[in-house]
Amino acid sequence: MKKKVNKVVILGSGALKIGEAGEFDYSGSQAIKALKEEGIYTVLINPNIATVQTSEKLADKIYFLPVTPYFVEQVLIKEKPDGLLLAFGGQTALNCGVQLYEQGIFEKYGVKVLGTPVQSIIDTEDREIFAGKLAEIDVKTPKSIAVTSVDAALKAAEGIGYPIIVRAAYTLGGMGSGFCSNPKELRMRADNAFSYSGQILVEESLKGWKEVEYEVVRDAYNNCITVCNMENFDPLGIHTGESIVVAPSQTLSNSEYHKLRELAIKIVRHIGIVGECNVQYALDPESEDYRVIEVNARLSRSSALASKATGYPLAFVAAKLGLGYGLHELKNSVTKVTSAFFEPALDYIVCKIPRWDLGKFTGVSRNIGSSMKSVGEIMAIGRTFEEVIQKGLRMVGQGMHGFVANQPLKNTDVRKELSEPTDQRIFSIAEGFEQGLDVEEIHQLSKIDRWFLDKLKNIHELKNELKNFNNLESLPDALLLRAKQMGYSDFQLARLVLKTPALQMEEGITKVRSHRKKRAILPVVKQIDTLAGEFPAKINYLYLTYNGKENDVEFERDGKSVVVLGSGAYRIGSSVEFDWCSVNAVETVNQQGFRSVMINYNPETVSTDYDVCHRLFFDELTLERVLDITDLEAPKGVVISVGGQIPNNLAMRLHRQKVPILGTSPEDIDRAENRQKFSSLLDELNIDQPRWSELTSVEDIFAFVDQVGFPVLVRPSYVLSGAAMNVVSNRDELEHFLQLAANVSKQYPVVVSEFIEQAKEIEVDAVANKGEVVAYAISEHIEFAGVHSGDATIVFPPQKLYVETIRRVKRISRQIAAALNISGPFNMQLLAKDNDIKVIECNLRASRSFPFVSKVLKVNLIDMATRVMLDLPVEKPGKSFFELDYVGIKAPQFSFARLQQADPVLGVDMASTGEVGCIGENYYDAVLQAMLSVGYRIPKKSVLISSGPLRDKIELLGSARMLEQKGYKLFATEGTHRFFAENGVATTLLHWPDQPDLQPNTMDYIREKKIDLVVNIPKNLSKDELRNGYQIRRSSVDFNIPLITNARLASAFIASFCKMGMDDISIKSWDEYK
Amino acid sequence: MAEAKEIKLVLEDGSVFSGKSFGSHKSIAGEVVFNTAMTGYPESLTDPSYKGQILVATYPLIGNYGVPSKEMENGIPKFYESDRIHVSGLVVSDYSFEFSHWNAGHSLADWLKQEDVPGIFGIDTRALTKLLRDKGPLLGKIVADNQDVDFYNPDNDNLAAQVCTPSKVEYGKGQHRILLVDTGAKYNILRCLLRRDTTVIRVPWNHDFSMEDYDGIMLSNGPGNPAVYQATIDQISKALQGDKPIFGICLGNQLMGIAAGGGTHKLKYGHRAHNHPVQKVGTDTCYITSQNHGFVLDTDSLGSDWEPLFVNLNDGTNEGIRHKNKPFFSTQFHPEASSGPTDTEFLFDDFIGLIETAKAGKAAV
Repeated sequence: MKKKVNKVVILGSGALKIGEAGEFDYSGSQAIKALKEEGIYTVLINPNIATVQTSEKLADKIYFLPVTPYFVEQVLIKEKPDGLLLAFGGQTALNCGVQLYEQGIFEKYGVKVLGTPVQSIIDTEDREIFAGKLAEIDVKTPKSIAVTSVDAALKAAEGIGYPIIVRAAYTLGGMGSGFCSNPKELRMRADNAFSYSGQILVEESLKGWKEVEYEVVRDAYNNCITVCNMENFDPLGIHTGESIVVAPSQTLSNSEYHKLRELAIKIVRHIGIVGECNVQYALDPESEDYRVIEVNARLSRSSALASKATGYPLAFVAAKLGLGYGLHELKNSVTKVTSAFFEPALDYIVCKIPRWDLGKFTGVSRNIGSSMKSVGEIMAIGRTFEEVIQKGLRMVGQGMHGFVANQPLKNTDVRKELSEPTDQRIFSIAEGFEQGLDVEEIHQLSKIDRWFLDKLKNIHELKNELKNFNNLESLPDALLLRAKQMGYSDFQLARLVLKTPALQMEEGITKVRSHRKKRAILPVVKQIDTLAGEFPAKINYLYLTYNGKENDVEFERDGKSVVVLGSGAYRIGSSVEFDWCSVNAVETVNQQGFRSVMINYNPETVSTDYDVCHRLFFDELTLERVLDITDLEAPKGVVISVGGQIPNNLAMRLHRQKVPILGTSPEDIDRAENRQKFSSLLDELNIDQPRWSELTSVEDIFAFVDQVGFPVLVRPSYVLSGAAMNVVSNRDELEHFLQLAANVSKQYPVVVSEFIEQAKEIEVDAVANKGEVVAYAISEHIEFAGVHSGDATIVFPPQKLYVETIRRVKRISRQIAAALNISGPFNMQLLAKDNDIKVIECNLRASRSFPFVSKVLKVNLIDMATRVMLDLPVEKPGKSFFELDYVGIKAPQFSFARLQQADPVLGVDMASTGEVGCIGENYYDAVLQAMLSVGYRIPKKSVLISSGPLRDKIELLGSARMLEQKGYKLFATEGTHRFFAENGVATTLLHWPDQPDLQPNTMDYIREKKIDLVVNIPKNLSKDELRNGYQIRRSSVDFNIPLITNARLASAFIASFCKMGMDDISIKSWDEYK
Repeated sequence: MAEAKEIKLVLEDGSVFSGKSFGSHKSIAGEVVFNTAMTGYPESLTDPSYKGQILVATYPLIGNYGVPSKEMENGIPKFYESDRIHVSGLVVSDYSFEFSHWNAGHSLADWLKQEDVPGIFGIDTRALTKLLRDKGPLLGKIVADNQDVDFYNPDNDNLAAQVCTPSKVEYGKGQHRILLVDTGAKYNILRCLLRRDTTVIRVPWNHDFSMEDYDGIMLSNGPGNPAVYQATIDQISKALQGDKPIFGICLGNQLMGIAAGGGTHKLKYGHRAHNHPVQKVGTDTCYITSQNHGFVLDTDSLGSDWEPLFVNLNDGTNEGIRHKNKPFFSTQFHPEASSGPTDTEFLFDDFIGLIETAKAGKAAV
């Protein structure tokens, strides 16, 4: 019953943002593979250039364009496809698809939406229709009343009774949602929610109930399976994206499990899903009573997790079902012989833990609740809960070594923390046990099921047992084995038994390791096979555990395997771009006749797709675990330079354990990483750098600043509050910062660097072979230096650099490559001011911008770097970026809307959660595509400019003139208004937020959405924020008005939309840029 | 947690798996089989089909939600599949000493001890499962304190006789009278019938039911080798001469198949899982089913009046048969589930439907 389609458009999810991250690269890639297998021509629209799905080997045609109705329609007109997939690009693709459907666009161009009918999707997205639909089949949903005004919300809440929960319809990951225990809270919450959606829901609160999810698949023959169920460790009330989640469920009886399973299938049949669907339940912990909370009629974060948790390729299968296949007509891609119509049986447990980066933001609340704030996640696999939770807490990568043996939490009120959870909740449980709280008390405070708490208590009690020993010789083997079975790392054991201090930890770990090996206490490798061993698996999806006696696979140990270390959890500063690098390295390893071995534990990635490599170890990227694997594999070598900072940090330590590292030698990596060593190297080479010093007293700091002058960049090595790194402009600020953030001492020195203002920032992404540069790309930031390179808007090829600057940058790159004898990828950041070039940083690994420059240049730098590392011949590419007739722009995506109260400003610490990269005929074309891709809109008529520093006012004067000429209505705050008036630009004065009596006022204009674009430039780069600016910025975000906080970027964007209209933007696929 | 005693599992091929004891600390022997279900240990342990077998749970975390209450309903326990544990021993990887569930009466360990059944934890159940998969069914024994016992092959014994009701019992007061031939029936078959306006007459495996007053026959599941139950097969053969609807489950499928001219053989390692896919023959309709069987029906030698009804999508084995003209059908899987997926419970409706049709036909005549 296969549908006849020849050409299919797939909508991607755009930039990574909170609530919509790498999982859609995975699902989109799978969908494309499924279609290609059928000989279907695939056209992908996704501006996220760092994804694997936008690689040349996957889709036949790629458009790096915004996933919005306008652009998708243009592509449909141009490509004339007969089918479209909208379920593989998250809420972004779904919302866009629904809008196009409602506008009749699909009908107009004869495009068939494959998979679940759009009307069914609409039925699940509108909560009232959805609840009605479920009521038709006697399925319970929470009492819920949809309202369109605040007054109606208050009335509805009276009927249901407080506490209630407010939800906004049609939003990502619960944006605008939250609990309210009284009318006052409701009024505030509802106000905010209405800025995202015209409809909000007032619902009964089921706080404390269990939260359980099912992933259901249905084919066009009405055959259904549930691929996986998952249970949240955190009770209802904490968004599933913020919860620790286990699969399969642990505390549900057979009757509960199958009752909910049966309901899920009933729901999916009734709605008419064809493909994949997620059903979320609240389950009463005291009976079998339940409510259906949510149904997602598309691939979701949970479905990506379920795919990784079970080995069942949900997205791949869903795409096939969209073409009309029945599940029974497809094969299980793990066994290759059994049917795809089955439900995976797990013989292990997985645990997902979110990764938050709340410390990166000023002002944000650390509480977790019904809206999502986490930026990434990890998945741990093992055979006991103790094992997976400890593995998982290490994988999250925020300095924790498991559930215990961490640095104690500071000033934590454990009881408060347990009842009002923050991102530290799990550690507050550890602290609770430490303080003598029992399981029952912690359960009452947190509502976490006692079963999970009992297991955590086991870990806590074993810790106390271990602490009684002071050396390994006296530690009984049985106890050591039990510790390993409960997920204790060698680090934890060194700390607990050997009492190893932090600075000698490497030695401690080595001692524990060699003792273990002597006592034959070693992990075993187990295979994920979807059928719990019932049928043999044909793929190598592996994990390590101490809860087993033998390996599932045999190791060739012939030196023909190459281990590639992946990037770990997505976080601010490291996300899908390193997955692209990892996948590309693996592909080159495969092509060159080696067996690729991938180690990674991020369920949102393509690199952890078992069909990408020969062997996938879904496991930790710690020294201990990598050594466990290299001991078994005896590989040719390990690639540590494509997965970002986590593998890079292992270089020296692996090297000291005699593990062969491919590419640049770890000693040379260390020479670049170590600030002191690198600085002397630059001096030797006569390469300039901003003056800096590592200082151990406040007096020395001031003496140094007297030399270099303000502003300076201050980086404490020990941080109390969130402010890790800051630019300070004067004495007062410096004093304040040092008091606030840092503890200056010999043990905790502070690095102070000269900060050069108004300087251009330049990036070099390059590959060298034995010290000789073989390929390179130079790009420039639109913003002046001072904005973190991950938050900057990057232009490649550079459009505004002097030829002399480029020449000098090239020369410096060659010198450094030679001096460090680089073999592999490297990245440099430099400052340029009047042709004076200073090097800020050099990383001997792939960088965030590698996929962007590789794709714009159409030279795969990772493939080249991997060949170099494999010691294969490489040729210099035949073209250079000077010859490109088009421009690429990489723009950051921010998720401030989800981070309540965070100040949306840019600084030296990175804050963006994702990025896009677009290609245009010219600079303005590319700027517009990129800005529209990250959510900006071309303003209709009103622009507010509120600029702090004079030089930014001057910068923006030209923009203001352009806007005026284009007929825009300009608004400005006081100083800006006066400055513009003096320079002949008329603006309407809007008063500051702290003068609410003066009219007209900025706040009213923002609240009433009378402004289409806000340009607010903070006075200085310090985070010591003035209330007024903060209020303007924050409310712009809260009321969903596009906001720009950098003058250079603002003028680039304004110039672009003043010079070009929507109609002028190129609708060209990647391959059309030649 | 008190330090658990050492205990081991010894297989007939010489393999030894050492673990810790958490049930009754004693030695027993049986056939070692694995089940890949992720839930339902109280149901599995009380399933009479496991008589004579040592059960290996491939899901590593067992005991999490304790053991349910002993509440009774309609004269049978509400949450169990029979009145006692039938497995000879239980083998798991990680036993959860702490349990948490609103309906839990006690821990799994306590229950095993009460019923005098040994349990082992700390076993590499995956390695054990792969061994069973590769070598086929193996006899094994759990050995505590070096108290050796002989290997025991349950296939030679009449196990149904040991697990079935000793005498006729009637349940319910519904309008349709169902004769339940108990060769080791799970109580959920009873519950599924009683929910459908029936009176269930439960009779022992070898009961002569030609004298009973009934509207339809339910052939139950049960343990062991179907060839052993000639008395039941003879009774079924007689019933097949008539026109009253017959519905067989699992062993019931095999016995009806034999009565219809088919043969049986033992699978290499059986189907014991909650995730077995079956397809209704001649359709694109598929179901996920709960299964627990070591023997399987060969349909090649079935009489020409019979045809396959369901087939297993993984290995193509028979999953059910039906008579071409008469209201007789059976399934190798368990439509009553418990434990496992409930996709095929509608077959009980089909059975009642056949009874109603048969009654209506009779009335018309």
